[in-house]
Amino acid sequence: MIHVDVAMRRGDFSLDARFETPEAGVVALFGRSGCGKTTLVNLISGLLRPERGRIDIGGETLLDTASGRSLAPERRRVGYVFQDARLFPHLTVAENLAFGLRRVRGRPHIIEYDDVVALLALAPLVDRRPHSLSGGERQRVGLGRALLAQPRLLLLDEPLASLDVARREEVLPYLEALRLRLALPMIYVSHAFDEVLRLATHLVVLEAGRVVAQGSLTDVSLDPALTAIVGPAAAGAVLDAQVLEGDAATGLTRVRVGRSGELRLRAPNLPSGSQVRVQVLARDVILSDRAPVGLSVRNALRGHIVSIDPHGDEACRTLIDLDGARIVAHVTRDAVSALQLRPGGEVWTLMKAVSLRSHAFPHA
Amino acid sequence: MAFTAAEIDALRLSFGVAARSVLFSLPFATWIAWLLVRGRFRGRFALDAFVHLPLVLPPVVIGYLLLVLFGRRGPIGSWLYGSFGIQLAFTTAGAALATAVVSFPLMVRAIRLSLEAVDRGLEDAARTLGAGPMDRFLSITLPLMLPGILAGAVTAFAASLGEFGAVITFVSNIPGETRTLPLALYTAIQSPGGDAAAARIAALSLALGFTGLAVSEWLARRMRRALGQA
Repeated sequence: MIHVDVAMRRGDFSLDARFETPEAGVVALFGRSGCGKTTLVNLISGLLRPERGRIDIGGETLLDTASGRSLAPERRRVGYVFQDARLFPHLTVAENLAFGLRRVRGRPHIIEYDDVVALLALAPLVDRRPHSLSGGERQRVGLGRALLAQPRLLLLDEPLASLDVARREEVLPYLEALRLRLALPMIYVSHAFDEVLRLATHLVVLEAGRVVAQGSLTDVSLDPALTAIVGPAAAGAVLDAQVLEGDAATGLTRVRVGRSGELRLRAPNLPSGSQVRVQVLARDVILSDRAPVGLSVRNALRGHIVSIDPHGDEACRTLIDLDGARIVAHVTRDAVSALQLRPGGEVWTLMKAVSLRSHAFPHA
Repeated sequence: MAFTAAEIDALRLSFGVAARSVLFSLPFATWIAWLLVRGRFRGRFALDAFVHLPLVLPPVVIGYLLLVLFGRRGPIGSWLYGSFGIQLAFTTAGAALATAVVSFPLMVRAIRLSLEAVDRGLEDAARTLGAGPMDRFLSITLPLMLPGILAGAVTAFAASLGEFGAVITFVSNIPGETRTLPLALYTAIQSPGGDAAAARIAALSLALGFTGLAVSEWLARRMRRALGQA
């Protein structure tokens, strides 16, 4: 387990954050700019010291203010990929990569130099100096350098934030590959939810220095605290699904959600049996009190209403259980009363295939 | 234009004095610059002022103070002579000490500026990669300071070549021992019929100055290019 419980105050800003996640997987630390994400990873790395707190990783205590224990950052074995890469300008790419590796001394390696160069496609860059690299290349070198220090935990502080959209694609696929290839716990800081969707298995939501939601991405995606940050337009359930069968003729792929539900997606070329992650935006879900007929909607699943909460002035958050898979629908109060929706009641949920977003998300 | 043996001697002596002065003060100046930039202690401002004192004091005063402290009967001079047999007053080593003291603030200022320009974020990155304090200083901070250290060394070297007041006061004007180029020039001007010699020495000093500037500029450019700053 990774256990973090820290508090510190700096001027007007106060951080008091506590979260716990399993070591396996990618934890996204998500929140608006200025909510304390970077402060939190600096505390975990040891570059900052909290006034009070305790940090344990895999049974070892890195920090415990109660007993006065605080491991220096250089002895924590916590890798750090900085937003601005922070490559050493006087060293070549190869020397940058080897910097941490040369200081490992005796500890077992999780990855070797040649593997990192191959995994991150760094071979053409090794003789160059950092200033001649593009932003995306810099981040890849920074990532490789951190990995080669053989860390037990990798912190990534918005590694894509300083890159434009095209350059992000120079880095994101490598991060996805890394998640699958290495059993290395990662804490990924981001304020962009689409990055979270592509990488994270767990989510910790930070708001004004406090953790307001934490858990698996699937669970937290239903949490109103997340909606408050991403906004109603981007709120929606994230489901882990398994591909049943693709149909080249229609371009639709059938996937299994929950125990028995089936969804059709516009996602060609997904092999049967592979894992896929589906996002169902709350405002795209239509509810019906009877089985639909004569509609263009490709997906109609019967479920049970778990709860109905007022949300904003007119809309209601309706949480629906589709035999093990939960989704959220934003519907008007007017619709709630017209359809006589109530917790425990049965309802049909309609989801257009074209409005479902999905991407392959293999499990490590 | 042919130089006399005495002039060649003065040139060689000047180089020797300036080189010793720079070599001995470099580590010390780097340490002081570190204290002034990174140190968090009471008296930092007093240290800052003390280091800059030679910049505002007349060099003759410095030479006099050195004579008082390091003369054979001075508190430090008598101890050095009694314990190690080292004499500074009226020797070449003393000339190096005098020029080192005068040029010290120039060196500290240049090194300090370069240290202030070092991105602390890079040192933090080195920390997360397992580098301890000394390791970080040697592998990150010092290489990034090199352009400033070089600039400081060149400036101090030039100032040492040209120092007159402190040298003549502390170690006098002894041919082959303490008569550096400016002292030789002064001696030539004072001697009847020394105009030609004075002109030669002045021209030599000018040439040295230009060469020094050109070399330091070239080195600085190379370093900036290596750091990707150009």
